[in-house]
Amino acid sequence: MTATEQPLLVAEGLSKNYGARIGCRDVSLEVYPGEVLAVVGESGSGKSTLLSLLSTELAPTSGRVSYRLRDGALTDLASLGAAERRLLMRTDWGFVRQNPAEGLRMAVSAGGNVGERLMAVGWRHYGNIREEALDWLGRVEIAGDRIDDDPRAFSGGMRQRLQIARNLVTRPRLVFMDEPTGGLDVSVQARLLDLIRGLVTDLGLAVIIVTHDLAVARLLSHRMVVMRQGRVIETGITDQVLDDPREPYTQLLVSSVLAV
Amino acid sequence: MYVAAKGGEKAIRNAHALLAKRRRGNENLPSIGLDQIAAQLTLAVDRVMAEGSLYDIELASLAVKQARGDLIEAIFLIRAFRTTLPRFGNAQPLDTSRMLVRRRVSATFKDLPGGQLLGPTFDYTHRLLDTALGGGENGDISGDSPVASGGDIGDIPAAPVAMPRVTDLLGQEGLIEASPADDGAEPFDITRAPVAYPVDRATRLQTLARGDEGYLLALGYSTQRGYARSHPFVGEIRFGDVEVIFEVPELGFEVSLGTVQVTECQMVNQFKGSAEVPPQFTRGYGLVFGQCERKAMSMALVERALRWKELGEEQSAPAQDEEFVLSHCDNVQATGFVEHLKLPHYVDFQAELDLVRRMRAEHEAEMKEAAE
Amino acid sequence: MSASDVGGMPQITYNFAYLDEQTKRMIRRAILKAIAVPGYQVPFAAREMPMPYGWGTGGVQVTAAVLGRDDVLKVIDQGADDTTNAVAIRGFFEKTARVATTTSTTEATVIQTRHRIPETKLREDQILVYQVPIPEPLRFLEPRETETRQLHALAEYGLMHVKLYEDIARHGHIATTYAYPVEVAGRYVMDPSPIPKFDNPKMDDSPALQLFGAGREKRIYAIPPHTKVRSLDFEDHPFKVQRFAKPCALCGATGAYLDEVILDDKGGRMFVCSDTDFCNTRQEEGHRGEMGA
Ligand SMILES: [Zn+2]
Repeated sequence: MTATEQPLLVAEGLSKNYGARIGCRDVSLEVYPGEVLAVVGESGSGKSTLLSLLSTELAPTSGRVSYRLRDGALTDLASLGAAERRLLMRTDWGFVRQNPAEGLRMAVSAGGNVGERLMAVGWRHYGNIREEALDWLGRVEIAGDRIDDDPRAFSGGMRQRLQIARNLVTRPRLVFMDEPTGGLDVSVQARLLDLIRGLVTDLGLAVIIVTHDLAVARLLSHRMVVMRQGRVIETGITDQVLDDPREPYTQLLVSSVLAV
Repeated sequence: MYVAAKGGEKAIRNAHALLAKRRRGNENLPSIGLDQIAAQLTLAVDRVMAEGSLYDIELASLAVKQARGDLIEAIFLIRAFRTTLPRFGNAQPLDTSRMLVRRRVSATFKDLPGGQLLGPTFDYTHRLLDTALGGGENGDISGDSPVASGGDIGDIPAAPVAMPRVTDLLGQEGLIEASPADDGAEPFDITRAPVAYPVDRATRLQTLARGDEGYLLALGYSTQRGYARSHPFVGEIRFGDVEVIFEVPELGFEVSLGTVQVTECQMVNQFKGSAEVPPQFTRGYGLVFGQCERKAMSMALVERALRWKELGEEQSAPAQDEEFVLSHCDNVQATGFVEHLKLPHYVDFQAELDLVRRMRAEHEAEMKEAAE
Repeated sequence: MSASDVGGMPQITYNFAYLDEQTKRMIRRAILKAIAVPGYQVPFAAREMPMPYGWGTGGVQVTAAVLGRDDVLKVIDQGADDTTNAVAIRGFFEKTARVATTTSTTEATVIQTRHRIPETKLREDQILVYQVPIPEPLRFLEPRETETRQLHALAEYGLMHVKLYEDIARHGHIATTYAYPVEVAGRYVMDPSPIPKFDNPKMDDSPALQLFGAGREKRIYAIPPHTKVRSLDFEDHPFKVQRFAKPCALCGATGAYLDEVILDDKGGRMFVCSDTDFCNTRQEEGHRGEMGA
């Protein structure tokens, strides 16, 4: 990442209210190509709302999100039609969810899960789709002979790896991740984080990852933002924020992790 | 030589003759009269009118008789008749505050203008089989005409009277949300136009009003058991006669078309308020032809559950799923489609049979190959 | 309908073909729209009919809307004119429209069908009306109407291919045998109603107008004459129809769809044409199968 590079995604003044409750308040941020940005905070801090806003799953009460399309133009996502936005979501973006049941088709085989995006963009050769699916299963360390099993037969870690393969098969430039290691055993988490780190580097992916786990942020991200009560209270290079937090709340977060 | 089975026509004729015979039953007994059905099976007739969406006691009685007491079949008969009726226009909205009340209870206020009026209800009867009724006698009067519990309310008035609605009383203080104002627009008519989701209030209420009582009962019950809990109180249930007013465009004045009996339920629910609205009570609404109290209450519970989005609540339960709830509540649609499974599916089954045979043959060949 | 009081109960008479003229006009408008946008499911205000939902209310309404006094109507179910539901629907129109009816495919001008397309090639002066239980081809992949409407609007049919992919992965071939999805005029993916996929090729470039009515789901769709209808498949797993090992036992026809008839409890069975008119006509012409007289 160089300073001369232009941002891939820009959020300006994003706010979201749920009735009287505030989900997100005046958030602005930028993500650059190949950069991993971690959004950290406690549950209820608004980080999941922010992720939904950035990925256009939720419409903001105010503010906007812009994305640099493949033609190089930074475009307000609200100005795209439904068809363009959906095409973007299933080709140039990925979304890895904490609960694999939300990110996978649980009753569809692993091969079908990976192949869906390919078929959605017009692949119509069964043999080629299968070959590509096999290749991606290999990259996420799922044995090829599991290609016809459905994810219900998979362990938690395997399901997350399958979700990643399903998302990356169209070579997206930006992937959203919502607590991708949540609920997994520590050893499984470590393996998954290694895998994600490798893929991100190999493919030059930009990632926006939401996590409550500062260790995950430390391991994966270049930069991080800290959220509290719907606001971004601190932002910076990950190591700097974690080693030398400025805000008292961030200090508390960091020290509580260290204390455990 | 093989001759393919024929005679569908004859089979149908015979089946229908047999049906007519079974309907008539023992011919030594008098045939049951429509006046008897209308007078003595009132609640069955009411349900047929409510879910048949047609207020006609005589035709509903006929339908009950023709359907041998199968109420969904009777509702079906009424619907098939109703669909052919020409539409002259829309009546004015019923003004239930001017209802001549035959029964009225509120669970939220002990005493209120007009009082509590139990009227004809099964409530507080002992559910003991009354053998006196079996003998054609009048039965145990004390169990049939319950009196109000608690206090001096519940007198049986000499004639039905009008009384203010509880929600109007609460509404004066702004404690309860107001009814949406009548914008004068012609309401969507689910029997004349295809429904597209999401739907507006009129569509939701119409669909629920003709929805299956049992289905709505189960869904309403589920909200009480924690699946989209809404903390309901019966603000008021009232049953009585309401005048139907029709404005004749050609004449430019209103005429009364007569009265219909309806049951109205106003469920009062908690609401925490939002950025725009201060804390207040919200409402679930039920209105049904005839005396169909269980249905009106269930409808009100489900109606309220379906309003989660508008009130900024979270969706977590089946009763809140608009498309699911509304697209499955019509029992005529449901029974038709479930029962169509009785129709022949020879052709499709043949295709499946063929496939299974082929797959078994392939499987066998594979096993053989593996063994060799 | 009109009602007049005679002796207390109203006397009821019905309009030509049961439905009132306004309703028929509404249905015709939906049909015209459906023809203009081939394969697109047009919502229409389906009326409640005197037969149950799922038993052909959609087809009956479409037939009622297109039927004229000079039409000759044929009704089939499972390919046969004498199945009970076909008899009941034919009787309904005989009673309410007093139109001529026939069992002959060539004599009919309007053919209402459930589950089959006649074997005899249709002509351009004929209309084939299908009874449709579930018009939405994506329904079992995505139950929500709000979502499937989007998928159709954006022509996002990847999900449909996932289903076919799964079939091949599990069974080695596409295991959908009826209601096999088709792409109409290169745009909309459509459910052809539960006809066996054997009949799918007959929809392609058919000279007859094909109308589809779903009463409970309140949808009408259409394939105009001479429209491209393609059954979905993969390049390396092309669409194929089932073939029967033996000819019809009665008329000796090959290449027709056959029903299996169980003759006894010792495994004795025979295969005969499901299209009774086709089979009878052939027998009248002197064709004989191995069990024909
Ligand atoms: Zn034959």
